[in-house]
Amino acid sequence: MLIELQGIVKDYRLGLEIVHALNGIDIRIDQNEYVAIMGPSGSGKSTLMNLIGCLDTPTEGTYFLNGSNVSHMDDDQLAEIRNREIGFVFQNFNLLPRASALHNVELPLIYNGTPASQRRDLAEEALIKVGLKDRMGHRPNELSGGQRQRVAVARALVNKPSIILADEPTGNLDTRTGDEIMDLFEDLHDGGNTIILVTHEEYIAEHSDRIIRLRDGRVERDESN
Amino acid sequence: MVISWSELGEGLRIALNSLKANRLRTVLTTLGILIGVIVVTVIIAVIQGLNVYVSEELSSLGTDNVYISRYPWMITSYEEWLRVSKRKRITENQFRFIQKHSRHAGVVVPEIVTRRTSRYRNESLDRVQIIGTTEDYIATSNSLPEMGRFFGETDVGVRRAVCVIGREVADRLFRNENPVGRRMKIGGHSFLVLGVLEKRGQMFGHSMDNNAIIPYSTFEKLFGRHRSFEIQVKAGGAEFVDALRDELEGLMRRARGLGAGQENDFSINQQSQLMEVYNNLTRVLWIVLIGIGSIALLVGGIGIMNIMLVSVTERTREIGVRKAIGAKRRIILWQFLVESMFISGIGVTIGLLISIGIALFVKQVSPLPVHLSTWIIFLGIGFTVAIGMFFGLYPASKAARLDPIEALRYE
Ligand SMILES: Nc1ncnc2c1ncn2[C@@H]1O[C@H](COP(=O)(O)OP(=O)(O)OP(=O)(O)O)[C@@H](O)[C@H]1O
Ligand SMILES: [Mg+2]
Repeated sequence: MLIELQGIVKDYRLGLEIVHALNGIDIRIDQNEYVAIMGPSGSGKSTLMNLIGCLDTPTEGTYFLNGSNVSHMDDDQLAEIRNREIGFVFQNFNLLPRASALHNVELPLIYNGTPASQRRDLAEEALIKVGLKDRMGHRPNELSGGQRQRVAVARALVNKPSIILADEPTGNLDTRTGDEIMDLFEDLHDGGNTIILVTHEEYIAEHSDRIIRLRDGRVERDESN
Repeated sequence: MVISWSELGEGLRIALNSLKANRLRTVLTTLGILIGVIVVTVIIAVIQGLNVYVSEELSSLGTDNVYISRYPWMITSYEEWLRVSKRKRITENQFRFIQKHSRHAGVVVPEIVTRRTSRYRNESLDRVQIIGTTEDYIATSNSLPEMGRFFGETDVGVRRAVCVIGREVADRLFRNENPVGRRMKIGGHSFLVLGVLEKRGQMFGHSMDNNAIIPYSTFEKLFGRHRSFEIQVKAGGAEFVDALRDELEGLMRRARGLGAGQENDFSINQQSQLMEVYNNLTRVLWIVLIGIGSIALLVGGIGIMNIMLVSVTERTREIGVRKAIGAKRRIILWQFLVESMFISGIGVTIGLLISIGIALFVKQVSPLPVHLSTWIIFLGIGFTVAIGMFFGLYPASKAARLDPIEALRYE
């Protein structure tokens, strides 16, 4: 089992008020699954993605990732897990504005100590995979939205992570470019990657094999597609 | 804290990029550091230069010489001046008395001084220092003839009109001629030149080579006997200097007929007194150095801290991204420390370059041998690292401790 969430609770404290963003979540996700997470705004999708992505730890419950319990790890241990196991694709791309596409993609490799000689090759390979062979030296502001998101996808997969997490990856793209990105995810899935994405759009969720619907921090429905 | 080469390279890259993007801001930030570095290095260079200068100047006085004079070398107040100005002159008899009775003295030499115009053929030199003394003057003044000879005991005994001249007088009156054996005029009287002294350089800006040395007996016969003597005494050895000083004080009091309750009406001077004055002066310089330097560096450091805090805030999103894809705390910390050290390094480097310029300029236009050497490089590296680290640490650790989710969400 790749991901195993047991009784996950996430509370946020806002002054005196406590917000229950997640209210007891049990989810298991296997290798090479393609999962869409849906639900109304404020239902806890992003919060769940952050936990799965090891950007945060749960208030209660346990999270096993690849067999190891990551629920209580500290900042640096989580950073290492993120680097090794997770590739993020964000709605707003989150590329480094002053770095070239190539350098953006190299970044995860820098942080896991890949030797410089291999770094370039791996980054180029990833960029070719997302169809940006001739845009490697461009900076984000010299690329279209779709191209930026491709760079982000290349960065997410360059480390060959266990999971690719995408929180509304097409949210800032028009339908056509969004579809191109979805095709890319399809390819990655066919290539053996595990993909979890958050979306508001049913037609985007159609690409997945399984849809998990959240409401008020609980799993409302979890069914294969 | 272990940092890989890749991480180190990334830190430098980030620092460079960020500095390139904010050139003006960076330069303005380094201004404080720059001024601090200039103040510190220039003052150190001046102190070092002064050290060299003063020890060279004072070396001609000799550490084991004691000088009995009418006035102290250093008069520190008007009251003191009023008091000492009434002193009676020191006479030839007192010199003879010291010479006869001192047991710790190696050599005892009189010195009387005036200024006279000197001539040779058509050349003439005003205000040449005329020194009347004995043959032992060689021992107390460290001046040896480089041509000819010094005058001897008999020359003094029979009041011969002979002289030994300084290098400058020789050069300016005799040009390319050898002065030894020639006759020259001093204050209208004819003198035979016996020798030329080695060049002695300057002492406190005044030439020690613009002089003519003659027997004091001749001096008194030709230029009058009303002048006060200075008695120069060389100790039999450096270890006797203090004993000699005490002995001379006692002898002088006797020679001048002072009663038990009366104050000394003469001064016993030594090189060490000048050294003391000098050391007090440099102490003040050091305090100024530490004061101004640390204020400027503090201001500069706070400037760096401020700009780094701005930089951390501006790049919150970037920090979030880096953390999300696996940058650990120490890497973020390092990234910002590199940047702050880079900024302080720029300030230090520009500051040092300006200091070197100032030092070269001062060397050109003043007699101060301003001294800049390799220590300045180590000082620079030390400043860079210390300021960059110290003032960069807070902003950097603030960045390192950012929560990745909040950082990513930052607008
Ligand atoms: N840092 C936080 N502090 C306080 N409350 C938070 C915080 N993050 C999320 N929440 C709350 O937790 C709940 C779930 O938020 P979350 O961002 O997971 O929703 P979402 O499903 O992603 O919504 P959307 O579709 O609008 O992105 C919301 O009520 C939100 O206000
Ligand atoms: Mg969300």
